[in-house]
Amino acid sequence: MKKMKLVVVGNGMAGMRTVEELLKIAPDLYDITVFGDEPYPNYNRIMLSPVLANEQTIDDIILNSREWYAENNIRLYTNARINKIDRKNRLVYAEDGTSAEYDRLLLATGSRPFMLPIPGADLEGVIGYRDIQDTNAMIDAAKVYKHAVVIGGGLLGLEAANGLKIQGMDVTVVHRSEWLLERQLDKTAARMLQQSLEAKGLNFLLEKDTEQLTGKDGRVTAVRFKDGQEIPADLVVMAVGIRPNFALAESAGIHCDRGIVVNDTMQTYDPRIYAVGECVAHRGISYGLVAPLFEMAKVCATHLANFGIGRYVGSVTSTKLKVTGIDLFSAGDFTGGEDTEEIVLHDAVGGVYKKLIIKDDKIIGSVLYGDTTDGSWYFQLLRDKKPIHEIRDHLMFGQDSLGNTGHQGQDKASAMTDEMEVCGCNGVCKGTIVKAIKEKGLFTIDDVKKQTKAGSSCGSCVGLVEQILASALGGGYAPPSTNKAVCGCTDLNHEEVREQVRQHKYLNIPDAMTGMQWRTPNGCATCRPALNYYLISTWPHEAVDDPQSRFINERVHANIQKDGTYSVVPRMYGGVTTPNQLRKIADVADKYAVPMVKVTGGQRIDLLGVKKEDLVNMWADLDMPSGYAYAKGIRTVKTCVGSEFCRFGTQDSTQMGIDIEKAFDHMWAPHKVKFAVSGCPRNCAESGIKDVGIIGVDSGWEIYVGGNGGIKTEVAQFLCKVKSHDEVLEYSGAFIQIYREEARYLDRTVHWINRVGLDYVKKRVIEDAEGRKAAYERLLFALQGAVNPWAERVQKRDEHKEFETITL
Amino acid sequence: MSDWTKVVALHDIPKLGSRLVRSAKGEIAIFRTEDDRVFALHNNCPHKGGPLSQGIVYGDKVACPLHNWRISLVDGQAEEPDEGHTACFAVKVEDGAVYLEI
Ligand SMILES: Cc1cc2nc3c(=O)[nH]c(=O)nc-3n(C[C@H](O)[C@H](O)[C@H](O)COP(=O)(O)OP(=O)(O)OC[C@H]3O[C@@H](n4cnc5c(N)ncnc54)[C@H](O)[C@@H]3O)c2cc1C
Ligand code: HEM
Ligand code: SF4
Ligand code: FES
Repeated sequence: MKKMKLVVVGNGMAGMRTVEELLKIAPDLYDITVFGDEPYPNYNRIMLSPVLANEQTIDDIILNSREWYAENNIRLYTNARINKIDRKNRLVYAEDGTSAEYDRLLLATGSRPFMLPIPGADLEGVIGYRDIQDTNAMIDAAKVYKHAVVIGGGLLGLEAANGLKIQGMDVTVVHRSEWLLERQLDKTAARMLQQSLEAKGLNFLLEKDTEQLTGKDGRVTAVRFKDGQEIPADLVVMAVGIRPNFALAESAGIHCDRGIVVNDTMQTYDPRIYAVGECVAHRGISYGLVAPLFEMAKVCATHLANFGIGRYVGSVTSTKLKVTGIDLFSAGDFTGGEDTEEIVLHDAVGGVYKKLIIKDDKIIGSVLYGDTTDGSWYFQLLRDKKPIHEIRDHLMFGQDSLGNTGHQGQDKASAMTDEMEVCGCNGVCKGTIVKAIKEKGLFTIDDVKKQTKAGSSCGSCVGLVEQILASALGGGYAPPSTNKAVCGCTDLNHEEVREQVRQHKYLNIPDAMTGMQWRTPNGCATCRPALNYYLISTWPHEAVDDPQSRFINERVHANIQKDGTYSVVPRMYGGVTTPNQLRKIADVADKYAVPMVKVTGGQRIDLLGVKKEDLVNMWADLDMPSGYAYAKGIRTVKTCVGSEFCRFGTQDSTQMGIDIEKAFDHMWAPHKVKFAVSGCPRNCAESGIKDVGIIGVDSGWEIYVGGNGGIKTEVAQFLCKVKSHDEVLEYSGAFIQIYREEARYLDRTVHWINRVGLDYVKKRVIEDAEGRKAAYERLLFALQGAVNPWAERVQKRDEHKEFETITL
Repeated sequence: MSDWTKVVALHDIPKLGSRLVRSAKGEIAIFRTEDDRVFALHNNCPHKGGPLSQGIVYGDKVACPLHNWRISLVDGQAEEPDEGHTACFAVKVEDGAVYLEI
């Protein structure tokens, strides 16, 4: 088949990101040609500031080397400006006469600095700040000249000023408004910023209108203001805004309105022509930051690939100033109005200022200065429009999601040295991450996970990695929305998959994947286990449970160890055992020479280091039920001694625990589920850190939910108090069933509750009595007839050949 | 010279699953894909030696059960950005039986 021809005009960040996304999903669809008028392959424009500040070199910031274009069979023309599009014959022409035919055309021409139309603007030494050439011109000027003036106190202007200062020049920033960064900061934060920058040696002239630039022998020598003041200048950098490059498109008759007008699929008025990046006007808005451009790129790629899915619906952006030593973050509407509330924390001496703007119980804007640790958290709350009343009290004190185990309790990336370990699981230091972000051009947490492994195991350091990304990328970093696709095999998110499984009554994985148009023939190790769980939890007794889509532990009903052996943990309901059971366990341990016998924290006994081929025989000899110590499902019900023996006990917690464990035995869930029952508020069974924690009191039982003792300790929250033993089963069962039906695969109860809110859970479990009973019934129905998987394997030995090793 | 040795019937390897063979050349994992292609790799993940035979099989890859490295069944190469390689063995299917060249 002959490939279609795709021509890209503009070899910049948005254009090449689109090509990369396209190659990922449809590598062979197009023959690709790229024209760029700069002499370089695609580079990371936002890193020009660190280059100017001597923190990086041009080589460091190349994103796609010439070899990359060659490897992907992309024809690249550099130094080639396209000046004509012939839409009728589908041809583009470069200034030097080169031409190329297209079936589809992608315009990604970016924008250029706006140059004030004042006398003297065309003098030598007057430049914008946009590309490598401008950056080199500034570095060269600094070697010969003394006085630099930056017109414009926005993000770009301040980064330029900081860089020029580091290059050794005397720098004055001229700004028209009353305070710096008036589009990002309120007055208080801006004053604090100005003071810090003044301490670095920069000068500021605010509320100044530039009238003209004067020069001598063709080169600029001074800047004159409307009030008559004049200051010396050998270099003038104009950073007063950018203008989308749409002249080319307009000359070809494509509809433009302050940018190339595109619809939600990034298509222009000519259906063969798409546009992405700063050159477009989408719903009347042109963006000047990379995060929205990358979202556009992703959407555009799916349409170029003929998938016809995905819409770009605009972005909320956040910004950060990339000046080393200054922490500033801003997002959304930070001025507020009559119907908004503000929470403000201002520590002038400590140099910290935080302001959150709240409207209708949601964060709509934030300004942070001095301590931006929680910037991406606030931004996420803002983008996800999360109700905040439940966390309002702690909002100002931050997410506190860091300070987790595994990185020495560190919770501020900026306070860490390069040698300090960020990811305790994979041994990755801060320096390694920073280097990878800069040299490999990483933009997302996923990129960092893939390239460095940091954050890819237990995930407790993701918050730190986020901070490192945010400070390296400025506004280029957009925290991942929590509403993302299950994996690369589909564009549907978890909720959509669940909904479709329910609606179309998919009962096996192949049907589900075909029906939902999975991109891969049989998914991957991420989506298959999730999908399998969704099928069996939605259609109990009907859906086919696919063992090959289960993680090894659940497939063989034992827990794989690091040397490929397994552990065997029999159930001991409520942690109660008998001399007989213990004797059996001892005999089995002897017979199979089990290397270690250990009492677990879940009140039972673990036989560790068992060979796979011994598993079935051991289970037969043990004749005890599986403890599901390997399962995303019910693990243990930890109990304390309780009123039968304990002198403090008010309730028979041991029996309650046994009854719960028996009632919910064999239950699969999105993640592991742990219960505990204590007989009085002394809480010896540690009910406060369990998915469901029950505490006996004189007048009944208190039920707590969403506790977790892991990477990040989460204290369970009070759900309700009930009177009887049966109510404990019904309430906790209904809670768990709703979690089973609605949480995303691999969500622990706490993650799910954090997303939907405890109020929602209370509504379902407490207020809606009918609903509660029905949910509890559904759980009992799902568990009906469940059998001990070990006994089943013993019985049907012949059907489970995979336990047998073939010996040659 | 090596020989073709009959190891197992094709239907005794689960689809998207594997069987473990213990041989003079060490442990070998034999995989069967959805479309009945069969591959054999050393049962040893290039990362920390995880038993690949126990991983989840999808397409023509297997995800290691220990830390989820993805290894190509075709050439034993770890998927980027991980780097490493596991030895492959030649296999063929004839009359419903799987033969291994060792
Ligand atoms: C110094 C600096 C710092 C920045 N810092 C940040 C930051 O911290 N965070 C952030 O989010 N954003 C930042 N930005 C903005 C960010 O770099 C841009 O949003 C992004 O690069 C825009 O991508 P684009 O592909 O639309 O345009 P570009 O990257 O500009 O690419 C367009 C390319 O097309 C070429 N071109 C134009 N017309 C033609 C033609 N007719 N023929 C051939 N080629 C053509 C241009 O020369 C250019 O190479 C910064 C920008 C600068 C300059
Ligand atoms: C978040 C990551 C965690 C991982 C990856 C993890 C992993 C494991 C594994 C692999 C086992 C089984 C060991 C075996 O018998 O082979 C286990 C058992 C156990 N874990 Fe964890 N664990 C985690 C968190 C926790 C937390 C938060 C707690 C308690 C607060 C906990 C308490 C236990 C207990 C009590 C057991 C014994 C299980 C039993 O008796 O069934 N674990 N864990
Ligand atoms: S929680 Fe109360 S009843 Fe249970 S063992 Fe501790 S003190 Fe006794
Ligand atoms: S041993 Fe295979 S991924 Fe670690």
